[in-house]
Amino acid sequence: MSGLKFAEVEDTLKRIQGYNGVIGTIVVNGEGIPIRTTLDNSTTVQYVGLLHQLILKARSTVRDIDPQNDLTFLRIRSKKHEIIVAPDKEFLMIVIQNPAE
Amino acid sequence: MPVLHKVGTGKSKQATNVNTQPKAPVAKGAKAAGKKKDEEEATDTAEGEEWMPGKTLVKPPDQLDLTEEELKEEITRVLTANNPNAPQNVVRYGFKEGCYKPIVFVDQMAIHFEIEGNLVHKESDEGRRLMAEQVIREDGAGDEKLENLAKAGKKERKLTNQFNFNERASQTLNNPPRDISCQTEPPPRANFSATANQWEIYDFYVEELKRREKSKEKQEGQFLNKEEDKSKKKMIQAETQSDDISLLAHAAKIIERMVNQNIFDEVAQDFMYFEDASDEFRGEKGTLLPLWKFQYDKTKGLCVTALCWNHKYNDLFAVGLGSYEFNQEERGMLLFYTLKNSSYPEFVFNTASGVMCVDIHEQLSYLVAVGLHDGCVAVYNLKKKSDQPIYNSIACSGKHRGAVMQVKWQKDDLDSNHNFFSVSADGRVVSWTLVKHELVFTDIIKLPAMEKVPDDFKDVIATAGTSLDFHKQKDHHFLAGTEAGKIYKGSKHYSSKFLETYDAHFMTVSRVRWNPFHPNVFISCSWDWMVKIWDHTIKSPIFTFELKTSVTDVAWAPYSSTVFAAVTTDGKVHVFDLSVNKYEALCQQKVVSKKTRLLHIEFNPVHPIIIVGDDRGHVISLKLSPNLRKKPKEKKGQELPKGPEVEIAKMEQLLSSLR
Repeated sequence: MSGLKFAEVEDTLKRIQGYNGVIGTIVVNGEGIPIRTTLDNSTTVQYVGLLHQLILKARSTVRDIDPQNDLTFLRIRSKKHEIIVAPDKEFLMIVIQNPAE
Repeated sequence: MPVLHKVGTGKSKQATNVNTQPKAPVAKGAKAAGKKKDEEEATDTAEGEEWMPGKTLVKPPDQLDLTEEELKEEITRVLTANNPNAPQNVVRYGFKEGCYKPIVFVDQMAIHFEIEGNLVHKESDEGRRLMAEQVIREDGAGDEKLENLAKAGKKERKLTNQFNFNERASQTLNNPPRDISCQTEPPPRANFSATANQWEIYDFYVEELKRREKSKEKQEGQFLNKEEDKSKKKMIQAETQSDDISLLAHAAKIIERMVNQNIFDEVAQDFMYFEDASDEFRGEKGTLLPLWKFQYDKTKGLCVTALCWNHKYNDLFAVGLGSYEFNQEERGMLLFYTLKNSSYPEFVFNTASGVMCVDIHEQLSYLVAVGLHDGCVAVYNLKKKSDQPIYNSIACSGKHRGAVMQVKWQKDDLDSNHNFFSVSADGRVVSWTLVKHELVFTDIIKLPAMEKVPDDFKDVIATAGTSLDFHKQKDHHFLAGTEAGKIYKGSKHYSSKFLETYDAHFMTVSRVRWNPFHPNVFISCSWDWMVKIWDHTIKSPIFTFELKTSVTDVAWAPYSSTVFAAVTTDGKVHVFDLSVNKYEALCQQKVVSKKTRLLHIEFNPVHPIIIVGDDRGHVISLKLSPNLRKKPKEKKGQELPKGPEVEIAKMEQLLSSLR
């Protein structure tokens, strides 16, 4: 069962990476270590280090206001691209995309 | 004490003994006596010397040599009682005058010698005390001590005199201090930090609750739960050991949707907000705005054979893929797409044979009934993650011998079992009931054989049913369209005969549908280029529309009783609104490239969009422009009545105008 899911997730990741405008995807585990990435090492480390803290803060904020609530995703849109972060129970997924003009 | 001497003459030849200060009168007497003796001695010596032959004067060597005259000179020497060492010009500052004043009287006393005596007056206190002590000392050796002590005590009492302070102190021996210390090994330290937020507290309580419930369950059903726990433990172990990213499924899904949203941002915006403003200038006509296109690369060679929206989740729809050709290889798929992700289907089910029809249960939106090309029906449960249907009629004896053309869910029967109907190419209308793990079939009715078929073959050559629809309110009424072009109205209760037969079309009826609002009206379309609207009480159609090519599907709009849309094989979508225009379509728009045939159409129950399926396996979503969604105009002063009654009334109005 978990093997099937694993393959599905891998597929999904591949698809996401293949979408139009996607610059890179990073998967981070619960300890803040990137386990899968399509960017180079230094960039990955930089993104992970900075976003990890932000997600913890965002999640803490949301849950502090209402503990039954939880963070679904965080979107940071900048001039050049958009960073989409989706936290999960144990993992964190980061996608950097160039939104279609 | 200065003794004033008179001014006197004195020759200072040999001044050796000049007494200037006799102090005590006692001493004076002694000295006077001494003088006499000296004089006597002097005379004695003088007398003694007289008889000696000439006394010679001895001159000291440093004596001044003076002349006779100088010797005779009389030098006056004045003796004063002034102290030569006393200052003569003492000046004191007078504050009264503010200047220095000389002081005339200066102390002339010169002290040569001073000694403090130890004589005490015997009448004074101290004198008395000393005398008493003397007495004690003289008597002290042999006397009784008690008497002395008493006397001494009496006299000693007075000694506590504040001016006669006696301090006594004694220093004890101080032990030298010594420092002794010992150091233990420091306890192991660990840094601990935590935050206490509201949500952490909440989480903890939730876990605590779960634990308690589990313990309760354990008490109740120990046996079974033990096994469950074991399996759970194994599961947990497996999960924690591996860095399994299968847990990421949820997050990955969200991300995929967001990425899609970004890519198709304009489409999403159009879907939500775009209302074609040019409709005002177009009169009655409307347009269809293409939105998302749903494709899946594995659908190559397959046609869309069925479309069905999910009633609970209005963005989810099912696509059945199969083939209408009978000679092509048998395979089929059931896909579920959501509008949120147009790049990849949510669910994919592969079927052994081509899917011909799909229906999603209205209440239990996870139950999907599928009719296949080989005559099987299957029921899928979307909640289960498996690829296999939960029910399949392959093993059933009553399975269809021809392709299943339509399936429709029904309300739960009296035993609260789910059931659905199917019509197939073998001419049978069958009801299937989901009983535990089985599908139980019940033949409802068999479509009557065509007249052209000779009587001998009537049992063999079946009338293929192509469409089936159940009345919205009167559940037991249903309509079945056939390949021959006839429409039969039947009832679940009658298994031998049909209530009504309509000679609808010359060719296969591709679709029959009841009007969602008006109880009497239904629509049918066929490959003979016609779309016909009927009142089931009347044998002839009320409306007839001729579209230029075979009409493959028709659907009523869920928001209005007079709006319907049809798709034709030339790739056009035709939208009609009978309350606006009874003869013409409001919109006839080609939505696909040439040579692609449109096969199915469905209206979304909530949003103003339609999906059309083509023969390439693609599904296109289109937004209806405002002109196609018109609500009846409100009269001034009157509130706009809402609800199905309005729609019924609208239809009724139309119908009555024709009769």
